[in-house]
Amino acid sequence: MYQHIAPRIENVSRRAVLRGLGITAGLVLAAPVMSRRSIAAYATGAGNMPHGTVNDPRVFVAIAPDGIVTIIAHRAEMGTGVRTSLPMIVADEMDADWDRVRVRQAPGDEVKYGNQDTDGSRSTRHYLMPMRQIGAAARMMLEAAAATRWNVPVSEVKAVNHEVVHTGTGRKLGYGELAIDAAKQPVAAVADLRLKDPKDFRYIGKGRVSIVDLHDITTGKAMYGSDTRLPGLKYAVIARPPVVGGKLVSFDAEGALKVSGVEKVIEVQGWPWPSKFQPLGGVAVIARNTGAAIMGREALKIVWDDGPNANYDSVSYRAELEDAARKPGLVVRNNGDPEAALKSADKVVVGEYYIPHLAHVSMESPVATARVTGDKAEVWAPVQSAGGTREDVAKTLGIPIENVTINVTLLGGGFGRKSKCDFALEAVLISKAIGAPVKVQWTREDDIRHDFAHTVSVERIEAGLDKSGKVIAWRHRSVAPTIGSTFSAGATHELPFERGMGLVDLPFDIPNIRCENPEATAHTRIGWFRAVSNIPHAFAIQTMVAEIAQQTGRDPKEMLLELIGPARIVDVASSVKEPWNYGEPLDSYPIDAGRLRRVVELVAEKGNWGRSVPKGHGLGIAAHRSFVSYIATIVEVAVDDKGKLTIPRVDTAIDCGTFVNPERIQSQIEGAAIMGLSLAKYGELTFKNGRAVQGNFDDFPLVRIDEAPLVTNVYIVPAGPDVPPSGVGEPGVPPFAPALCNAIFAATGKRIRSLPIGKQLEGA
Amino acid sequence: MRSFIIGKGRRDMIKLTINGQEQSWDGDPSLSLLWYLRDEVGLTGTKFGCGEALCGACTVHVEGQAARACITAMSDVAGQNIVTIEGLDPNGDHPVQKAWRETNVPQCGYCQTGQIMQAAALLKENPHPSDDEIRDTMSGNICRCGCYQRIQAAIRLAATGA
Ligand code: FES
Ligand code: FES
Repeated sequence: MYQHIAPRIENVSRRAVLRGLGITAGLVLAAPVMSRRSIAAYATGAGNMPHGTVNDPRVFVAIAPDGIVTIIAHRAEMGTGVRTSLPMIVADEMDADWDRVRVRQAPGDEVKYGNQDTDGSRSTRHYLMPMRQIGAAARMMLEAAAATRWNVPVSEVKAVNHEVVHTGTGRKLGYGELAIDAAKQPVAAVADLRLKDPKDFRYIGKGRVSIVDLHDITTGKAMYGSDTRLPGLKYAVIARPPVVGGKLVSFDAEGALKVSGVEKVIEVQGWPWPSKFQPLGGVAVIARNTGAAIMGREALKIVWDDGPNANYDSVSYRAELEDAARKPGLVVRNNGDPEAALKSADKVVVGEYYIPHLAHVSMESPVATARVTGDKAEVWAPVQSAGGTREDVAKTLGIPIENVTINVTLLGGGFGRKSKCDFALEAVLISKAIGAPVKVQWTREDDIRHDFAHTVSVERIEAGLDKSGKVIAWRHRSVAPTIGSTFSAGATHELPFERGMGLVDLPFDIPNIRCENPEATAHTRIGWFRAVSNIPHAFAIQTMVAEIAQQTGRDPKEMLLELIGPARIVDVASSVKEPWNYGEPLDSYPIDAGRLRRVVELVAEKGNWGRSVPKGHGLGIAAHRSFVSYIATIVEVAVDDKGKLTIPRVDTAIDCGTFVNPERIQSQIEGAAIMGLSLAKYGELTFKNGRAVQGNFDDFPLVRIDEAPLVTNVYIVPAGPDVPPSGVGEPGVPPFAPALCNAIFAATGKRIRSLPIGKQLEGA
Repeated sequence: MRSFIIGKGRRDMIKLTINGQEQSWDGDPSLSLLWYLRDEVGLTGTKFGCGEALCGACTVHVEGQAARACITAMSDVAGQNIVTIEGLDPNGDHPVQKAWRETNVPQCGYCQTGQIMQAAALLKENPHPSDDEIRDTMSGNICRCGCYQRIQAAIRLAATGA
């Protein structure tokens, strides 16, 4: 059990070598080779991702004669710590000394490195085994090189902390001394790899290594997307059509061109909606610095054609969704006869829940720098999808993909927004048009008003109870515009992956279950936001559990455990239309009710569920499986007589299988609580006349330090090395809002069914 | 949104000191210090988050006081002493920076330079702040990743002489 409370002193305080790292002379394992496909001991869905995985040490590891080991990080760092965690796995398996490891960020190149889409909480689950294989293969090459040098059998040598030792004589050779010979050794076949015994891990699972960028972050040297500087760089901002689907009619640049520092005003190509990740188009102001470009943009006069979504209005749209949720819709799961069971039920508990659009608002708004010369393009950008960005840049410019270089910077937050590379495409289009390198900066208003918004949904659940209070029927209708609408016109149903996020994979032990998905038409760009459809689905389901408990006079935790039912593997595949399991095979990643029970029981025990709390305080609990991990949260809330919330304590238990960096798991869960609190308290992006109403932190507030939970305890289930790793970045978010609102009910008797909480507690 | 527009008229040179070095600016005096630092001088440790003094990402020290560079016009800082994250300590070893590392505060890290500059200004003025004073002063700095508990812990650590 990992339970981090006190801050620890870390020994790693050196600069990461992110910028200007050229591997110096000599070396190396890094020969240009065809990549090898990895074979994992347990099956994952990694092979189904574009370009799969690669486990070739010659692609990922380089050793310089001075002993410095450079390990490639090919996933994007947006705050999860993945740039540290994955290289750390390699270092552990190859017995490298972490203080002599440098991490180098891979450019977008999925043929070489494998899939780079850093989303879906997939990095550790898809790459733990390939990274171990890379490390083990590198270690065996070093051992073989030493054995050859000494002319002894390889069985007599052993890699130990950056050296190979001859066990008989105690002779030693450092990794640097062996680098050139090791590079000539063959790479062992996966079947012949000797992986470490997990009990010998030095870094994996320990939580003792700080993130590689820590020193640079604290000194202002860390390079984010916004920090790229190039000779002759121009700075641009874009006025985009205020309504999705709208377009430019005409513009007058005269005023803008009078602003000091403004150099050019040009039209930017837009694509008809829906257009996947293509730019919205508009008018770009190009200047000698960003401030001048922003001032220039304010002086533009533009006439827009607002297009088909000009009437999008969040108030009337909510009524439409509610209407749809009260009528039958596409059946996406059915067990038994829920209609009959609801009719014959002794009591029916009905809950209708509203979860509005959200904006991502990563602290670093979208930004990208591009230099297009002839038929070549180079981009520096904070993208979650380096490989996809490369393909889209090539397509947009009509140039061969080999001519496109995507340099992945640090991401100042991502949360799914930076999986969409529209901002990078804008940069290449403008650079091409002006014949100079350019940085396109989105202001906060641009970010909020032109987001790929998190969906908006009405979730309606009807639960039928028999005389004893047992739930015998469950009908859940989920109505929400789909992410599919960003890719194809007329998509009105949630896609299988959206429905698979907490709706149809309901792990409850109820004989009659029906899930329906009535239609909803999108009127803005919908995109995935950290935890995606799990947010509305979990909010509805976990609130409903507490509502049933309330109506039947039971303890909410006991009610939750009763609904989860006995420990078992839940088979939903046979009753679900197009089941989806986060892309993972069910044999490695089943829906395991026992694991869900366990996190509930663990958090209840550690979080002291049922403890007595002062007047005005309340406890709430929620549990949810997402990204094939299991998580349960207890929130203690205090509500004062003015309706002001304080969160004295949060307890969260997570079972994410085998884990790599528990210290970063804890920070992800701490952060998820803050994000969950932000969305519960304030999160609402609304539209009027087709336009997003909010634009900055004054009208789209985020939780600040003076509202943050005072204590967050994190308990990680010690699943053991045999349990495949599962998601961490996203699963913390979904249970927070329902646990909080259940706590608010316990404290005040006020049931929150509509998010955000906003002013609902005033005068409660 | 600010919406004043300055014509390309004649103007005086603005001189100021940044991290101990003299700098001058003969461009638009209404340009914000933020974009001057980032785009004209190349000090990119000071971040853009909102442009409206709502998030604290752009926090620098002007004459020793924490200030939001995004709403500070160049004409406001003529003749003044500016310190950015790059100049807080020559080795990056200001007690706040050290405490930040010991507490493993950052997630994405983007807000952290602003947080550190705000915390350093707080401790200069009030070397032993209470938890409420910490939360109050730091409430102008948003962290979307949600590192608040560790920010508070790191400031406590720095205040107790880590
Ligand atoms: S950018 Fe200055 S306060 Fe947000
Ligand atoms: S660490 Fe990401 S915004 Fe603060």
